Amino acid sequence: MNAKLKFTVATAALIGATNAAKAEDLTLCWASWDPANALIELSKDFEKKSGHTMNFEFVPWPNFADRMLNELNSGGKLCDLMIGDSQWIGGGAENGHYVKLNDFFEAEGITMDDFIPATVTGYAEWPKNTPNYWALPAFGDVVGWTYRKDWFERPELQAEFKEKYGRDLDVPNSLDELKDIAQFFQGRDIDGTTVYGAAIYTERGSEGITMGVTNALYNYGFEYGNPDSPYELDGFVNSEDAVAGLEFYKDLYDTATPPGSSNWYMGENIDAYKSGQVALQMNFAFIWPGVEADPNVGGGRSGYFPNPAGPNGQFAQLGGQGISVVSYSDKQDAALEYIKWFAQPEIQARWWELGGYSALKAVVEDPAFATSQPYAQTFLDSMAIVKDFWAEPAYAELLLAMQQRVHDYVIAGNGTAQEALDGLVGDWTETFEDEGKI
Amino acid sequence: MIHTPMDKIAEATPEPLARKVRGLSDRAIAWIFVAPSIFLLLAVNIFPLIWTIRLSFTNYKVNRPNREIDFVGLRNYERILTDSDTWMTMQATAHFLIWTIVLQVLIGFALAYLLNMKFKGNDMWTTIIVFPMMLSPAVVGNFWTFLYQPQIGLFNYVVTFFTGGDPSSFSMIGDVQLASWAIVIVDTWMWTPFVMLICLAGLRSIPDSIYEAAECDRASKWRQFWTITIPMALPFLMLAVLFRGIENFKMFDLVVQLTGGGPGNTTTLTSIDLKREAFEKWRTGYSSAYAVTLFVTVFGLASIYVKALNKVKER
Repeated sequence: MNAKLKFTVATAALIGATNAAKAEDLTLCWASWDPANALIELSKDFEKKSGHTMNFEFVPWPNFADRMLNELNSGGKLCDLMIGDSQWIGGGAENGHYVKLNDFFEAEGITMDDFIPATVTGYAEWPKNTPNYWALPAFGDVVGWTYRKDWFERPELQAEFKEKYGRDLDVPNSLDELKDIAQFFQGRDIDGTTVYGAAIYTERGSEGITMGVTNALYNYGFEYGNPDSPYELDGFVNSEDAVAGLEFYKDLYDTATPPGSSNWYMGENIDAYKSGQVALQMNFAFIWPGVEADPNVGGGRSGYFPNPAGPNGQFAQLGGQGISVVSYSDKQDAALEYIKWFAQPEIQARWWELGGYSALKAVVEDPAFATSQPYAQTFLDSMAIVKDFWAEPAYAELLLAMQQRVHDYVIAGNGTAQEALDGLVGDWTETFEDEGKI
Repeated sequence: MIHTPMDKIAEATPEPLARKVRGLSDRAIAWIFVAPSIFLLLAVNIFPLIWTIRLSFTNYKVNRPNREIDFVGLRNYERILTDSDTWMTMQATAHFLIWTIVLQVLIGFALAYLLNMKFKGNDMWTTIIVFPMMLSPAVVGNFWTFLYQPQIGLFNYVVTFFTGGDPSSFSMIGDVQLASWAIVIVDTWMWTPFVMLICLAGLRSIPDSIYEAAECDRASKWRQFWTITIPMALPFLMLAVLFRGIENFKMFDLVVQLTGGGPGNTTTLTSIDLKREAFEKWRTGYSSAYAVTLFVTVFGLASIYVKALNKVKER
């Protein structure tokens, strides 16, 4: 054996031994949904290359926050990697649940400039708009709309719609147009079945109705506070425009949604849409690959559009998550290896192919991206108009207060929109006072 | 001479240990036996209770371990008692509690009375009636959401079959007027069999000789029912009310699955509200005060009720 060969064999043996010594069982925690299955598939490549074994802990959405925040708050070691919701980032950072990734990013040459700016702000930064990173944008998501293209294209419906509204039955340009379309389909007989206008978010228990109503509130002029004076809420959260937005959402619920849809979120909206009950559905973009693949509504029968504009702009509720390393993990090095692997452009491209929404610019700005799927352009357009809910450490209190106030007005019909938002200002003020922020 | 296993154990016990044990008084031996139970009781029940009372006077948040904990006096209690939302949840709980108990006792007792009459297929009917309470509340809540669905749910079809109209014209869990009744119906469907079983045990414990004596005295069936059946079954009925009252005061899973506490706060019972405060909002101090308030309420009511129950038993 010559010297060169000896060296090669020795090096290989050393690398093998090192890998064997470092091989870890990593656990990644996330929500139980379609993209999670895609991630299992994607992660096989990491297992092959790193020698580590990946385990997954997926929890259904309605219990996801409860389960995982309990895990983090108790300092649990179940999760080495956490794909946590965007609103958790403040708590994750301030309560010491997540490892700060700035040094790691710098050492590995990972730069946040390579990711869609909204996802960096939404999923990775705390405090917002500062270069302090606690996650790598993992899954871009946003609320958008799916519609029954095949129904919209029916000549008899087009004619009737044009006669009634004086315009074509097409993708709506405004929230008012969206409501017209939803009301047009409400209670209509299509192929012998009574169908309804739109499936919208109304769920009470976790975050559903908030994730829905904000799509109307933002576009009517709701603000989380005075842009020049943080935590000054009065006059912004409960402004006249915000009240009009809330009234719009209630009107949409009262006049254009299926009976009994008083506690619907992602799953119920998908079911209603796929079973042909509704012409439109509001939902996060993650469902679009599933819609396309569905035998009843896929294959060109559905179309997609971003949340339409309101009187004061066009915005959409941000969804999606970043991937973080849990500070209580004993396997942080291996977890960081996973993040390094996941950030690679070719892995991100594969992620998109499998149904995961990459937030890497190299993927979404590829000229072929927009035409790669029927919903790709809508995803890009939607990601350009996102706004997110509070990401404060006390986000859960803020969220539950909004759930209660909005549900009480929109679904239960108690009080007025002004009273609901005034009440919300009171709740949020109390929370910020408790937090010492006011 | 060794006769029993106890003798064998005594024989096998080393002499020094045996001498020590022999030296212990009966009282000491009794303490040795009950000490583990007392220790567990203190660790699992009493200590958490004292700790909860202590936390209820602070602004502690379990998800903010680094935050300074301030003593806030009675502020948490004041907030709870002056919060209109808390009173709404109390009201919702009272509505749920009263109506489920009334319906379950009436229907449960009627069913027990019928099943107590000997007829063919008696056992089979008992098994069928008992079936709902064997199911998990989460499962029951889930499938009743489908039964209540206006478009596909059986419930609306059955109602409109008798009343006429469009099944999708009303929504049991979406309508603020109906939602509180929707949860009462489901709980009654699920737990009436439990009340029925207790009542059945009560009815079967009444000796036939008492009825025979009443027959000899020419007492009518109606009079027998009011002067024999009801008084003798009353302790069992009251026991059933106690069990169901305690269970329904802490009702959580079934209602969360059915309505999520909505619409608005219409079906947000105290246990749901408490869970949200403690484990979703993480207001540990506040939720501790809330828990203490509920504990005092339930403990007070239950104590009064148990005294009444004992008086009935003594009669």
